[in-house]
Amino acid sequence: MSGFISEFGIILYATLIYTPPLLYAALGSCFSEVSGVVNIGIEGMMTAGAFTGTVVAYFTGNPWIGFICGGLAGMLFGAIHALATVRLGADQTIAGTAINMLGPGIVIMIAKVLFNSTDTIPLTSEQKIPMLFRGVFDTSTVFGRFMDNVFANYATTYLVFLAVILVWFIFYKTRFGLRLRACGEHPQACETLGINVIAMRFWCVCISGFLSGLGGACVTMATSNQFRPISIVGQGFIAIAAVIFGKFRPQGALLGCLLFGFCSGLKVVLGGSSGVNMHLISMIPYVVTVIVLVLFVGKSHVPSANGKPYIKSK
Amino acid sequence: MDKKKSFLVILSETRFLHILLSIILGFVVGAFFLVIMGLSVGDAYGRLLSSVTSVKGFSYVVVYAIPYIVTGLSVAFSFKTGVFNIGAEGQFVMGSMAAAVVGILLGDLPKFVLIPLCFLAAMAVGALWGIIVALLKTKRGINEVLSMIMFNWIAFYLSNFIAGIPAIHSDGTAEATKNISANASTLLSKDFISQYKLCPTANWGILVAIVLTVVVWLIIDKTTLGYRLKAVGFNKSAAEYGGINVNRSILTALAISGALAGLGGALQLMGMGSRISVFSSQEGFGFAGIVVALMGCSNPFGVLAAGLFYGALIYGGSKLNLVGAPTQLVNVIVGTVVLFIAISVIFERIKYIQPRGRRKAAAVQEGKEESK
Repeated sequence: MSGFISEFGIILYATLIYTPPLLYAALGSCFSEVSGVVNIGIEGMMTAGAFTGTVVAYFTGNPWIGFICGGLAGMLFGAIHALATVRLGADQTIAGTAINMLGPGIVIMIAKVLFNSTDTIPLTSEQKIPMLFRGVFDTSTVFGRFMDNVFANYATTYLVFLAVILVWFIFYKTRFGLRLRACGEHPQACETLGINVIAMRFWCVCISGFLSGLGGACVTMATSNQFRPISIVGQGFIAIAAVIFGKFRPQGALLGCLLFGFCSGLKVVLGGSSGVNMHLISMIPYVVTVIVLVLFVGKSHVPSANGKPYIKSK
Repeated sequence: MDKKKSFLVILSETRFLHILLSIILGFVVGAFFLVIMGLSVGDAYGRLLSSVTSVKGFSYVVVYAIPYIVTGLSVAFSFKTGVFNIGAEGQFVMGSMAAAVVGILLGDLPKFVLIPLCFLAAMAVGALWGIIVALLKTKRGINEVLSMIMFNWIAFYLSNFIAGIPAIHSDGTAEATKNISANASTLLSKDFISQYKLCPTANWGILVAIVLTVVVWLIIDKTTLGYRLKAVGFNKSAAEYGGINVNRSILTALAISGALAGLGGALQLMGMGSRISVFSSQEGFGFAGIVVALMGCSNPFGVLAAGLFYGALIYGGSKLNLVGAPTQLVNVIVGTVVLFIAISVIFERIKYIQPRGRRKAAAVQEGKEESK
């Protein structure tokens, strides 16, 4: 029994390590997609944030300035995406694909210039995102270790769950949220009611970039301690998948990311103890997602105007 | 039809010009970054050009381009039929693995039997990977982008797993499969390569890629099947009203697209790779296919050209570090090109400000957009 509790604690710990980066990016994706702009460039925005976060934290010594700058770097690429798709009516998939090439390309070039290597210099523990409640729990008992695994976590982990609540509140309880959702369903109707669809979408894509940048920074500043070209491999796409999984709702995205994070946690524990092939175990999160989709989720409602450029008529 | 067109109208209507302009702008942005880094633009671009213009260099470009062209065709085909095959990556990996399994286990078969068999296996498995996603979409309404992202990773880990099965795992210490039988290889003969001073991995896969380009063009533009698939791509409801079975069309489209990507995997393996390694991250041929399809405007011949261009950049880019410029410059250039291609739709709207000639067409266009 105590073995089970401690293993379960490790699974939860791993879940809380894997989930936050995905969740930041997924919340970002929500903003963009719900306002009607397909943002497949999340991956590139995360990479920009991941790099900028570590670099700024390294030079300033302050993790929080780094974390915010990571978000701003993502926002910069969000702004490029918004400029192309919202202002200039570009195809959203094409522009997003371009962001996915530009983001990693540019930051790795800068890394070469700054550090003469594609990797950044590892952050010290003072430069990393701090862990909260470290040492609060008595780790000599099984229960204490469990509590320590689950509740002593990086500050960004707590922040992201607060962010989910905040985003949910913005989406469903504020005028801004109502307008945002309307822009993704019927932009023409919004315009006739005096809502500036172009501006709404522009800012939503920027917010999407900001949150994705935070997600990226979370990977390199909390989960690990340096940026490498393989820091962000597919997390952006998984975040998009989590949003579709969650039917384009922040609370749904939370479930999607948690499911994914939990399966990744399962992978860590099973990989260590059972004799099953590691590659098959690594497949678990993806297979489980498909199975859950088939059995429980099914069709999701895509915002009606999602992916369609809105061109203001004269 | 008025014969005399102003420059702006030509610019607004010629897709080729948009792409040319985008490519120029891509290199301009690349030059901008080179200047910021304090490197010589001439050196870097000179190296890029010189490394792809020699006979050997160009043969490398062609070899590099083969998988990009074929995955590009796969994605372009899916774009034409209204689905976004972001799953080409997984189909490519599975196709590659299928060809490897056949090429290793049935290695004693003669060349003219084994090679088609490898191709068929790769196409079948690639198509299967597409069909699963299509079935999930048509039977359960599951978003294809979501399931494709999942199946890309499932393919990735499955390939790593299969590479470790004793029957096909390398006898040595390498984390890879055995080499495929020489009978399954598409490499040109050693004498031919040394006679013409080609690169050591020169193979005839490019001929297959060219044939596929023509075949895809024929299917899309010259057959009723293509017409049906395109109709579904343009407007699902109208196609259904016109008596087309939409679900079956999606299934067919993804099966063909998957088969193409799978074949791309086989061509890469049988020409250049000769074995499959255990990877720690996705290789990205499928994602490159998306870029190539976009640069080629989803036109098969455009994709052929775009694939060669991309191959040239990737190969040339790998030589950039010789002049101290980072290889990633290529990604920045290509990313910029793709971004400007996306933005180039703005040229099409230049019509709206034309005083004469095109105004009527513009008005019709506008009417269409409003009724959407």
